[in-house]
Amino acid sequence: MTEKMNSAEATRVLRIGAGASYAGDRVEPATDLAARGSLDYLVYETLAERTIALANIERAKDPELGYNELLEDRLIAALPHCKAHGTRVVTSMGAANPLAAQRKTLELIGRLGLCAIKVAAVIGDDVLDYCLANAQSLRVMETGIPLSELKGEIVSANAYLGADNIVAALDQGADIVITGRVADCSLFLAPMIHEFGWSQEDWETLGKGQIAADMVECGANVSGGFFADPGYKEVAALHDLGYPILEVSADGSSIVSKLEGTGGAITRATCLEQMLYEIHDPAEYITPDVVVDFTTVRLDEVGPDRVRISGGAGRPKPVELKVSVGIKEGWIGEAEITYAGIGCVERARLAENVVRERLRIGSVELQELRVDYIGIDSLHGPQSLPAEHAPYEVRLRFAGRSNDRKNAVKLGNEVETLVGKGPSASSLPRKSVREVVAIYSCLIPRDAVRPRIVMETV
Amino acid sequence: MSRTIFHLREIAHSRAGDKGDTSNVSVIAYRDEFFQIISTQVTVDAVRSHFGTLVRGRITRYPLPQFSALNIVLEESLGGGVTRSLSLDPHGKSYSALMLALPVLVDDAIAATLTDAGRLPVDERLLVHLKDLGRLPLVVREALN
Repeated sequence: MTEKMNSAEATRVLRIGAGASYAGDRVEPATDLAARGSLDYLVYETLAERTIALANIERAKDPELGYNELLEDRLIAALPHCKAHGTRVVTSMGAANPLAAQRKTLELIGRLGLCAIKVAAVIGDDVLDYCLANAQSLRVMETGIPLSELKGEIVSANAYLGADNIVAALDQGADIVITGRVADCSLFLAPMIHEFGWSQEDWETLGKGQIAADMVECGANVSGGFFADPGYKEVAALHDLGYPILEVSADGSSIVSKLEGTGGAITRATCLEQMLYEIHDPAEYITPDVVVDFTTVRLDEVGPDRVRISGGAGRPKPVELKVSVGIKEGWIGEAEITYAGIGCVERARLAENVVRERLRIGSVELQELRVDYIGIDSLHGPQSLPAEHAPYEVRLRFAGRSNDRKNAVKLGNEVETLVGKGPSASSLPRKSVREVVAIYSCLIPRDAVRPRIVMETV
Repeated sequence: MSRTIFHLREIAHSRAGDKGDTSNVSVIAYRDEFFQIISTQVTVDAVRSHFGTLVRGRITRYPLPQFSALNIVLEESLGGGVTRSLSLDPHGKSYSALMLALPVLVDDAIAATLTDAGRLPVDERLLVHLKDLGRLPLVVREALN
């Protein structure tokens, strides 16, 4: 009996779809995955470093906000398919308010006329109180400066939780698990641990699972997104990218694939770019669940748009958890204006001088001012390669940071008055002001975080 | 000799990632036989002079010969961090394209296959310009002399 189960387990393949990889990601590729992907799990990862800080500010304004704005669109489109195919959903769309996201989800389920669905919220990643109470001893990872010495109001602190609480929610029978700040890959690793019954101290297998998770956690970045370079790296039907499906085996090896009939490409090259994306030492990639070693991974193309991932290793998880701390750091004023025609660059340079002088005369204090010539050097500054000919048009961009909103506004106003008062022949300018919420990272002990699962059933 | 200097783009592809104020830029050979060039010429020094003032911190290079690839980590390179940078590209996602603009010296056999495939060497005037700016890797500079 045991032997028979083991052999069934060994050949079993878990299908996990990656439905989103940032807050504003497309909705319909995930719906397509839910409808046609024969998925066991559909994962929506929607949190970048700053997303959760901004969501915290939203929640402070309205206690029913602070979760992903597209939650309703996504779930209304996908849940009927998920219910029909027995697909469970795991998502970080809870952002700064998983409980409000859970309430909304329950309402949506009712609206869709579905029932017998268990919705779990994982809470407890919010460690703002702990960080404020320990601001003297907690230090910014990159600079070593204590949090208490950072200028500006600390508005959020969220720990990167691991897979363990999601696993517990799945063990309790949740059909939908909604989290706040969880390490991106943990959303994918949790279903593997739950379904295959992996020990959460089997570092080797967790390492392999994590490598599989890493391959799809950025969604379409593995299936042809952000890859194309005409004449060098071609991608078919880039406008209609299929989002990836992970087919995981019990030993942690996997195949990355996508739906037939979708655009994009999954090759050894797309997988390599994704594997090396956002890692530092490939032998020691730290996650809340396991420390991963990518150096022994094997990637093999086993069919059209199908790459097999095997090998890789893991070591014990770190004793601390990373925290993203959000701090209000003043305001950024931004303004742009385009000059066209022969002599456009000279006119743009004169315009830059005019604005700098006006700022000086008006005593507009900016902590930092950046001026870019879009079309010439806006992304790589002095490292840009020189162009052979003068451009026919150039867009001049000013960006300045100030602790005082008024000064950020004044920068835009000085650019605006270039029309009529600066050099000749420009476009109309555009200006904007936004508040800066900077993110710093620090480490806190695991036992400072008390995650909890809240389960509701419709 | 200068006919055999190509942009890295002709033999490798790249993607850049970000964490805080640190960028990582992968360099992946299109073919395994190109990795020797990448491994010996895309050095920390070459990257330092090519990225200039964009990188204020340490540069670390992790070779991955099993994938014919390098991972290059650039500290203090994102204008103080993704979330507070004034840059239009706060994540440094376009750093991959800057990396691929690096001139590398390619031996005659590989140069012939690149030329056959319609790839062009680095423009000579650009080479002179980069040389004057002190932005050419040593091996490329020596080949020009």
